[in-house]
Amino acid sequence: MEFNAPAGRNLFDDAKIVGKSTPRIDGPLKVSGTAPYAYERHDVADNQAYGYVIGSAIAKGRIRSMSLDDARRAPGVIAVVAATETDPVGTSDYNNAPLFGGREIAHYHQAIACVVAETFEQARSAAMLIRTDYERDEGAFDLEAAAPDAPLASKAHKQGDFDAAFDAAPVKIDSRFHTADESHAMMEPHATIAAWDGPKLTLWTSNQMVNWAKESMAEILGIDAENVRVDSPYVGGGFGGKLFIRADAVMAALAARAAGRPVKVTLQRPLIPNNTTHRHATIQRIRIAASHDGHISAVAHENWSGNLNGTDGENATAQTPSLYAGPNRLIANYIATLDLPEGNAMRAPGEAPGHLALEVAMDELAEALGMDPIELRVRNEPDSAVPGRPGRTFSDRNLVRCLREGAERFGWDKRSATPGAIREGRYLIGMGVAAGYRGAPTMKSAARVRLQSDGRLIVETDMTDIGTGSYTIIAQTAAETMGIPLERVSVELGDSLYPVAAGSGGQWGAASSTAGVYAACVNLRRAIGEKLGFDGDAATFEGGRIEAGEQSFAICDAGELSADGEISFGEFKKEYNVASYAGHFAEVAVDIYTGETRIRRMLAVCDAGRILNPLSARSQVIGAMVMSAGAALMEELAVDPRFGFFVNHDLAGYEVPVHADIPHQEVIFLETLDPIVSPMKAKGVGELGICGPGAAVANAIYNATGIRVREYPLTLDKYLDRLPEID
Amino acid sequence: MRSFTYERARTPAEAAASVSSRQGAKFIAGGTNLLDLMKLEIETPTHLVDVQDLGLDQIEQTEDGGLRIGALVSNTALSAHDTVRSDYAVLTRAIAAGASGQLRNKATTAGNLLQRTRCPYFYDTDMPCNKRKAGSGCAAIGGFSRQLGVIGISDACIATYPGDMAVALRVLDAVVETVRPDGETRAIPIADFHRLWGDTPHIETVLEPGELITGVSLPKPIGGQHFYQKVRDRRSYAFALVSVAAVIQSDGSGRVAFGGVAPKPWRVSEADALLPNGAKAVVERAFQGAKPTEDNKFKIPLAERALAGLIAQARS
Ligand SMILES: Cc1cc2nc3c(=O)[nH]c(=O)nc-3n(C[C@H](O)[C@H](O)[C@H](O)COP(=O)(O)OP(=O)(O)OC[C@H]3O[C@@H](n4cnc5c(N)ncnc54)[C@H](O)[C@@H]3O)c2cc1C
Ligand code: SF4
Repeated sequence: MEFNAPAGRNLFDDAKIVGKSTPRIDGPLKVSGTAPYAYERHDVADNQAYGYVIGSAIAKGRIRSMSLDDARRAPGVIAVVAATETDPVGTSDYNNAPLFGGREIAHYHQAIACVVAETFEQARSAAMLIRTDYERDEGAFDLEAAAPDAPLASKAHKQGDFDAAFDAAPVKIDSRFHTADESHAMMEPHATIAAWDGPKLTLWTSNQMVNWAKESMAEILGIDAENVRVDSPYVGGGFGGKLFIRADAVMAALAARAAGRPVKVTLQRPLIPNNTTHRHATIQRIRIAASHDGHISAVAHENWSGNLNGTDGENATAQTPSLYAGPNRLIANYIATLDLPEGNAMRAPGEAPGHLALEVAMDELAEALGMDPIELRVRNEPDSAVPGRPGRTFSDRNLVRCLREGAERFGWDKRSATPGAIREGRYLIGMGVAAGYRGAPTMKSAARVRLQSDGRLIVETDMTDIGTGSYTIIAQTAAETMGIPLERVSVELGDSLYPVAAGSGGQWGAASSTAGVYAACVNLRRAIGEKLGFDGDAATFEGGRIEAGEQSFAICDAGELSADGEISFGEFKKEYNVASYAGHFAEVAVDIYTGETRIRRMLAVCDAGRILNPLSARSQVIGAMVMSAGAALMEELAVDPRFGFFVNHDLAGYEVPVHADIPHQEVIFLETLDPIVSPMKAKGVGELGICGPGAAVANAIYNATGIRVREYPLTLDKYLDRLPEID
Repeated sequence: MRSFTYERARTPAEAAASVSSRQGAKFIAGGTNLLDLMKLEIETPTHLVDVQDLGLDQIEQTEDGGLRIGALVSNTALSAHDTVRSDYAVLTRAIAAGASGQLRNKATTAGNLLQRTRCPYFYDTDMPCNKRKAGSGCAAIGGFSRQLGVIGISDACIATYPGDMAVALRVLDAVVETVRPDGETRAIPIADFHRLWGDTPHIETVLEPGELITGVSLPKPIGGQHFYQKVRDRRSYAFALVSVAAVIQSDGSGRVAFGGVAPKPWRVSEADALLPNGAKAVVERAFQGAKPTEDNKFKIPLAERALAGLIAQARS
């Protein structure tokens, strides 16, 4: 099915199942601990051995020698796969860092060996017997130092005459922000069980993008993609950290070959921050100028990040062309070459740190203008043309409603316009707002639906559920389209033997994969029609029955039937800027003595088209708000520029919010439909929720204290000396 | 983790003798610190003597009106004990501010006193660390030192003692009771229990090899208002940037100790005496001679502001 024109009225506009809050159909498996996550799949292959990965102790240089004999002689050891004895594996389009092999070291904790033994404890203990001698090279580890010489990542975008307009404007701000390197810190570490059967490799793993994994694994190992099977039915969180093949999969495959039996590997938590990917730190300079009445005349957003090989940075300007009006514009992204571990996608790459800067800059501009920050945003709401992308038109956009409705619900009128004015006991109280913007892309997505003779339906697709609720919305979509109760649908995900779906990333998963299932169901309806003699497109499927003109059938009258279908997206979409929007609000209390910031309330009002399952969509937004609060207040991979690594590389050192940090959160979805997205008229929410809340928190801290800190995370040491004097 | 042998001792003297007679032997109580360190091979005991059957899990009134806490009393039981809550509330508050519910259930009084530093370079066995490997150097000096110590530190090591409970014990003038391998007992004032790092940061307390902690005793209650403030980046499950334990009497006099700043709970009696003069005077005196880094110099004004908050609370 090609989606090549805006969706008209369709069956989802009268939906009975899609759009209703539905508890996860995989919930019982999860709460009973029986959902098969990668590392615990004891039943998929006999005789599994354990692999333990060792990371490089230097950030840059080469291995002179490795002493492996003690490890090889240690109790229980089956095989040792070492970098010095292995040719480098290939890379694929999806990774910059070398994943294994050879003596050259590109970053700290790059995998240099895997020890395979009968038990995990034996493998770990033997691994620690390996002694490695290195030759250390100097490296570039300091973004601040490298930024001035960093080249443009892509051509700067210029519109109008920014400099002239900025100079001429009566009111302006010019601010510099720093956002930190961040770790995905998902609950489930990267894990893979690998088994070879002749030339065929099976990976039971935890990966967000099954088909990418299959193809890149083939490239990396130099084998035929048809010989690789990837199975990833349950993923314990990914946030972008599992978009690509990482060392767990590569090492498990090599180790299984060396051991001659299946091998399971998980990356130990302290290895993950430096071995895998992270969100890149950014430095951002934002200049905005406006007339006295608040109309923006000029905006410049410049952004610096760094990465291995000087490619693929954190594009923190992503939202800036679309969010606010203004004729004169400059957008520039610079990328420095750093020898830190690989920076790569993390939940709303680009926009998440971009909002931490832009939405604070807007707060600063509002203050410079003496305007309410919501009014400033409303005043600069663009018309249907995208201000920074000439020739493009917005699809459905309701940002102003998000902000207005949020203001009403949150009690924004109780906010003091003067900062530092509200005190309750030892706390300074403040409120902040931020807009949220996140693109709503779609990707081609396929599925198979198999009708059983008893009227049950099985959906098969390589789509993943990374904790987001894909199982449930896919079941809802299939049940709705086939007119059968939800209980009659079972969903099989994550296996590369199934049709290739959109996968989970870039918040495209929900909108795309359900549309793919819809396409398959439409084909199944036609197939049933052909078999029973009616026009599947014209018939009504409802309550387990089919009404086709005069004819009436039970759905199981069709017997066993299977249909594949795929949604693909036509060129017409390119004319549109399709995105999701939010108004984010936060109230904080800052301890006047210690400077500790505690969030009191958070609210997100979201505009994301049809909400397929409000229950799981709400969870997505809530989780994203928590993550954004973490980015604002505490999350930072601390760089040691002498050794070139992230120092706090475990969950004791890398602090993410705990329950006690997150108080009342509310999420409201506007009832909107976006016909440009897909037949579902639904957009993603999983990344929208992380675009803006952190800035709302930062603005609330300013409102509470009158102190503006532009270096994230906003820990108390950065403003303690500016808090009011105490006696 | 290296292989080790394991035994459960039946009496304190037997436990002490067993550890002292075997090279590389160690006690294990709750295991919440020791096992983590063993997995990383920061600790590599050859033999573990489990002390949980020694009957040291009681809290009793002492003859002089104080309290004696067995070495194996869990953090949860100690913080919830009625007398502790009413007469030594600073201790309850300090314990409740530490770790998590699950860990406190397992963590013991002795083990908590002996928990090791949380310096991130100590935990990364690829980094030089004098505490982990004597003479290898200190990666933290000149590195990421935001959490580390500002006073009582040395050129060999700038780490802190990270715990909370001991900071409260310090203002209560607790005494650590031990039995040595030869059967002799001794009573060590908490003030003398942890050592400053000096040139030997791998030696952290005055305990001798094989010396077993049997309990901790508290003198009779001292009245006053009890406070424990733990300042941290997140609200729970994080070690202190700075913590302040204070007992403040109605006349404004009192005692104060600081956590998260030094190799031991940091209390200076001359600084105590300045409490009626306010937080600035106390902190100036207590942190005289401090050598903070650029990353952690905020800890000193933070200690002052945290204490000021407590003094204000005591007055109100
Ligand atoms: C994630 C995490 C967070 C934490 N957060 C905090 C916190 O915020 N604040 C805080 O204060 N603590 C915190 N802790 C530390 C925790 O309190 C300690 O791990 C615990 O108190 C140790 O007690 P244990 O009985 O488990 O000791 P074990 O691990 O069994 O032993 C620790 C040491 O004491 C020795 N030992 C044990 N008993 C005796 C004895 N009777 N005589 C002599 N030596 C003995 C052992 O040989 C070992 O060297 C945290 C720990 C973890 C893992
Ligand atoms: S501060 Fe102490 S514990 Fe930390 S690296 Fe230096 S010597 Fe080791």
